[in-house]
Amino acid sequence: MTGKGNIIVTTATTATTQKPSVGRRMGSWALNHGALVGLIILCIALFIATPVFLTVPNIINIGIQAAVVAIMAFGMTFVIVTSGIDLSVGSVAALSAMVSAWMFSNVGLPGWLTLIIGLLIGLLAGAVSGLAIAYGKLPAFIATLAMMSVARGLTLVISGGTPVATSDAVNHLGDDLGPVPVPVIMLALAGVVCWFILSRTVLGRSLYAIGGNEEAARLSGIPVRRILVAVYALAGLFAGLAGLVLAGRLTSAQPQAGLGYELDAIAAVVIGGASLSGGSGKASGTFIGAVLLAVIRNGLNILNVSSFWQQVVIGCVIALAVGFDVFRSKKES
Amino acid sequence: MTFKTAHKVLATAVVATMAATGLAGCNRDGESGSASSGTVVLAVSTQTNPFFVQLVDGAKKEAKAKGVDLQIQDASDDAATQANQLANAVSTSAKVVIVNPTDSDAVASSVKALNKAKIPVITVDRSSSSGDVASFIASDNVAGGAQAAKELATMMGDKGEIIHLQGTPGASASRDRGKGFTEEIAKHPGIKVVAKQTANFDRSKALDVTTNLMQAHPTAAGIFAENDEMAIGAISSLGSKAGKSVKIVGFDGTADGIKAVKAGTLGATIAQQPALLGKTAVDQAADILAGKTVSKTTPIKVVLVTKDNAKDYE
Repeated sequence: MTGKGNIIVTTATTATTQKPSVGRRMGSWALNHGALVGLIILCIALFIATPVFLTVPNIINIGIQAAVVAIMAFGMTFVIVTSGIDLSVGSVAALSAMVSAWMFSNVGLPGWLTLIIGLLIGLLAGAVSGLAIAYGKLPAFIATLAMMSVARGLTLVISGGTPVATSDAVNHLGDDLGPVPVPVIMLALAGVVCWFILSRTVLGRSLYAIGGNEEAARLSGIPVRRILVAVYALAGLFAGLAGLVLAGRLTSAQPQAGLGYELDAIAAVVIGGASLSGGSGKASGTFIGAVLLAVIRNGLNILNVSSFWQQVVIGCVIALAVGFDVFRSKKES
Repeated sequence: MTFKTAHKVLATAVVATMAATGLAGCNRDGESGSASSGTVVLAVSTQTNPFFVQLVDGAKKEAKAKGVDLQIQDASDDAATQANQLANAVSTSAKVVIVNPTDSDAVASSVKALNKAKIPVITVDRSSSSGDVASFIASDNVAGGAQAAKELATMMGDKGEIIHLQGTPGASASRDRGKGFTEEIAKHPGIKVVAKQTANFDRSKALDVTTNLMQAHPTAAGIFAENDEMAIGAISSLGSKAGKSVKIVGFDGTADGIKAVKAGTLGATIAQQPALLGKTAVDQAADILAGKTVSKTTPIKVVLVTKDNAKDYE
């Protein structure tokens, strides 16, 4: 498959056209990589505040701590590019992990099989949402809200409300592979898959087309419905992986795992520059968004700032990121 | 469209907000900023439940009195957040970690990581299912649940229907209290548990759940709530019936719970002594820092609080 991952809708004119000076070029680069620049400045500020922040163990911590939300967010990126939304990823993550754990603890299936079952449950839950949206004509918000409730309920039903031990195969997802923690490897894997699909495949280009104008996409022969089912199934699969990584870290499937994570995932995608009205979003942006959230939490945590204030800060960052995005595109048009 | 955030403004705003929260969020009595000064980390499961707020307050007071530098971390009841915070404690090389686990199974891998980093671990209220814990400090929840059952049976004259409001599914406190209560109440054949429902240890959920259950079982004459927050939710639902035709027993002995006992709406509560839990944890941490040996388990007594002795637990 060839073809550049150019975004079909609304091309942004670059800030400069003729022979830009080095300074202006740097300025326009910075403007186009706002989240990244913000992240770098935040890291410098945190390093000045507490040198511990940039020690190797802490950087590894940040990687591990970003992993679960980042993996979910990569799946969410596909959905948001098509102008959809998936509110169920946190609950689907919990359900995937719980079914996997239950298959191991109560049915006694081999570990590797329970790992695959966990992933398949995520895929299945996503596909059900996708079918309801594409063929049942439910708004994405409603269909996935329903799935959020169903998946969380099933998680509680299966577990009877108590944590269930996970198999060794799942627990390895929380271990280290040599010097590198497995959650970070999974984050990289999910990121590469997300990047590849979005920018190197026909499917990826169709997603941008659907997000830009669904009707136009349909008229130009893109099988919109089937693609939408695939998109939500993918988001479910990523959520399943995220849930298994989370369970691996905790060596158990928690009935209340991933509560509210869907909002973090959405925030990561949006901070990364995607628009909720669809047609834009990149894997690299989502990655930066997820890392930014993890850095804020980790940094404020190390600085001993109460978690109540952490929520306030994260809210401000989301509002600022999106606010300036809107402000800038207004200025351009 | 790529990232189009006005980076300078965003970043400056982020840093400014951080600086502001840094100032606002620091313990007034603790050191601000530098993590290397943090010698003892207290990772608590949540700070939105009065019980744990009291636990943290007790710990803070004792830390101030003993000159221990205490850092408070709050996991908002999320096991993963707690795992992150404990990992951060390792990298900031805390000297002792006191953890009030969100869940005893989920905290195990974090405890092992702390063991590997040679950082002594003290657990409070719940323990860790594996790993090496230097000291475990908790109330006896099973005994407390049994005490609650005895008291409720006495208040109801050993006959009638009761509703059992359960805590967060899977939380060990809920499991233990429920177990103690269920075993003891079975010894009272005149009493029948007609409904068992979870209200997640939450006041507003308990209000709704109680309202619904009273619709289904209008003759119920007793309610056991696994914590005071839910007991107070039940009292709000029952209105004037609370403490008269419907007897309620709570658990925890939080400030609001004691108030309700004094007012007569709450028949009794099993008082844990959260401030004492926190205080004891800091004491043990100080002992470990001083190189003294500490006892592996320290049970903190639960006390039956009724109108007669409510004054002593305010």
